[in-house]
Amino acid sequence: MTKYILKRLLISILTIWAVATVCFFLLRLLPGNPFILQNPLDMKNAEKMMAFYGLDKPLWEQYVSYLQSLLRLDFGYSLTHVGRSVNDVIVQYFPITAQLGIQALLLGMPIGMALGIVSAVRRGGAFDYGCQIGSVVSTSIPSFVLAAVMQLVFGVYLKWFPVSQWLSFRHTILPTIILSLGIIAGHCRSMRTLMLEVGRQDYLKTAKSKGISNVRIVVFHQIRNAILPMITGLGMEIASLLMGSYIIEKVFSIPGLGAYFVTSITGLDYTMTMGLVVFQAAIVVFANFVVDLLYGLIDPRVRIV
Amino acid sequence: MEEIKLTGHPFDDGLTDDDFAPVPDRSAIVDSIRPSMRYWPEVGRRLMKNKVAVFSILLLTVIVLMAILVPILSPYEYDATSLMSARKPPSWEHPFGTDKVGRDMFTRVFMGTRTSLIIGVVGAFLPFVLGMVIGAVSGWFGGKVDMIIMRVVDIMLCIPSMIYMILILVVLGGSPTSLIIALALSGWMGSARSFRGRILQFRNREFVLAATTLGARPGRIIVRHILPNILGNMAVGLCSAIPGAIFAEAGMSYIGLGISPPMTSLGQLSSDGMQVFLTQFYLFFFPSLIICLIVFALFLFGNALRDALDPKLRDEDYLARMYRKTRRLTIRNTKKEAAANE
Repeated sequence: MTKYILKRLLISILTIWAVATVCFFLLRLLPGNPFILQNPLDMKNAEKMMAFYGLDKPLWEQYVSYLQSLLRLDFGYSLTHVGRSVNDVIVQYFPITAQLGIQALLLGMPIGMALGIVSAVRRGGAFDYGCQIGSVVSTSIPSFVLAAVMQLVFGVYLKWFPVSQWLSFRHTILPTIILSLGIIAGHCRSMRTLMLEVGRQDYLKTAKSKGISNVRIVVFHQIRNAILPMITGLGMEIASLLMGSYIIEKVFSIPGLGAYFVTSITGLDYTMTMGLVVFQAAIVVFANFVVDLLYGLIDPRVRIV
Repeated sequence: MEEIKLTGHPFDDGLTDDDFAPVPDRSAIVDSIRPSMRYWPEVGRRLMKNKVAVFSILLLTVIVLMAILVPILSPYEYDATSLMSARKPPSWEHPFGTDKVGRDMFTRVFMGTRTSLIIGVVGAFLPFVLGMVIGAVSGWFGGKVDMIIMRVVDIMLCIPSMIYMILILVVLGGSPTSLIIALALSGWMGSARSFRGRILQFRNREFVLAATTLGARPGRIIVRHILPNILGNMAVGLCSAIPGAIFAEAGMSYIGLGISPPMTSLGQLSSDGMQVFLTQFYLFFFPSLIICLIVFALFLFGNALRDALDPKLRDEDYLARMYRKTRRLTIRNTKKEAAANE
């Protein structure tokens, strides 16, 4: 087990290193100069700034020094937000994005799974069809359209929730609901399919012929086996939710990390973009790592010795 | 297609001496057996029997026709400005109203539909094919090639797809072509992974072995022998990938990196309309409605196609409902009888 963990840890670190390398050279392929972009007339100052940030050195040297600072978990200083380090930005804005994502997941996952389980049990019935139609309709609307309509209805006309900003828990309700709709639809559909797949297995026939009650079969035999494959996808899902949906953040003017992603790329803020990408990659890798370990704990069949 | 009964089949009700007599006229038996159907015509027949599928096909056809015919149907140019008729609400002259520089929204919405549909279809198809080729190479050759390709996929999946999209759009500018390139380069990983799985699934099957023995090359085996087996699933996947591409375009337009004016797309029109949607609701409503209708129709069609490819699923749904109904009725009847006996 220790050997497996160590091996996975090594692969994780290698993956993050590869992401950092690819991203570093990809960003330098972009044409232009961040300081000329900020102030097009001031060529002299731009040169000074390049020298100050060490961007005038050969690319190879910059790469090595970047990796060295990465080892110290230091993402460097932003090129466009003067005097702010990327670490500061992440520490200040990541919790907001993470809160939104986690709230949406905590709201969406149980509801979606419950709907999926009920529609699998009442297969072919009115509830099942209702869920299928609901999931198609709710995924057919672009998130910013839905967000705008919800803002209008619940914020402007009914005045139940504030229209935008991120100040109190009440402000978080609308964006959480909108973000969780997609999660509900997705989990409902995959849970239903998995439940029906498990329903075809022989051990369920055995359970039934032993005379176990239907409720017991569904709860102890079907659900427990259907939930397992859902966990594999969880890592990716947590990671993408932790990084948030930039569009939702923009509609509700939530001060999350999303805005920095876009402005840093369009503003050629190399260090900021690099920092955010490496941070995101680290979260994805870490989430997958934890999920794989958990999977072994939950399902003894895949435990790696 | 009418129901054909299996009457006259010799093994229907036990064997008699007559059954062992030579058959005088074979056609009597052969005719009574259900005629064999080819796979895809059969799928098409089942699809046409499904009302939801027919509805979604009709809806899509109408939207596509409107997008193609709009220059003929509308007297206005999509980029012709007219300050005399700026900010007009919907009327007979301008069914969807006009925007702040007096461009006819009806023309613009359907020109935008054209752009969005092209981006949706090509932007879904291209990463799909790219992923297929890479996945096929990876799955078929295995070993080191497979390991390297899969590691690359893992690493690329770690970088959010929005980064690639923004990077490519910043470099190439906002045109349909650059959006399609961005979609292709950021979306091939998923399809490569699933196609690789499919290849592995079929690689060791007997018919592949037979083809290999006969000297077929890998390319031919994959295209002629394995592809037909997974074409159905791929079609269903493609149906849900098109909405994804349309949404990606809309999202990029909302961020401000999508199609640049005077060219237009549904995402751009809808997100522009959002700025004024308290005063000119129609500028927001119509493009958003068309996006929703296209995506809705595609999802419905995808679901119907899945059912048509695997009719067992629908039949099982129906059987499950009937099973529950009969059980409920039986329980009710037994209770009634028990009450009557008391």
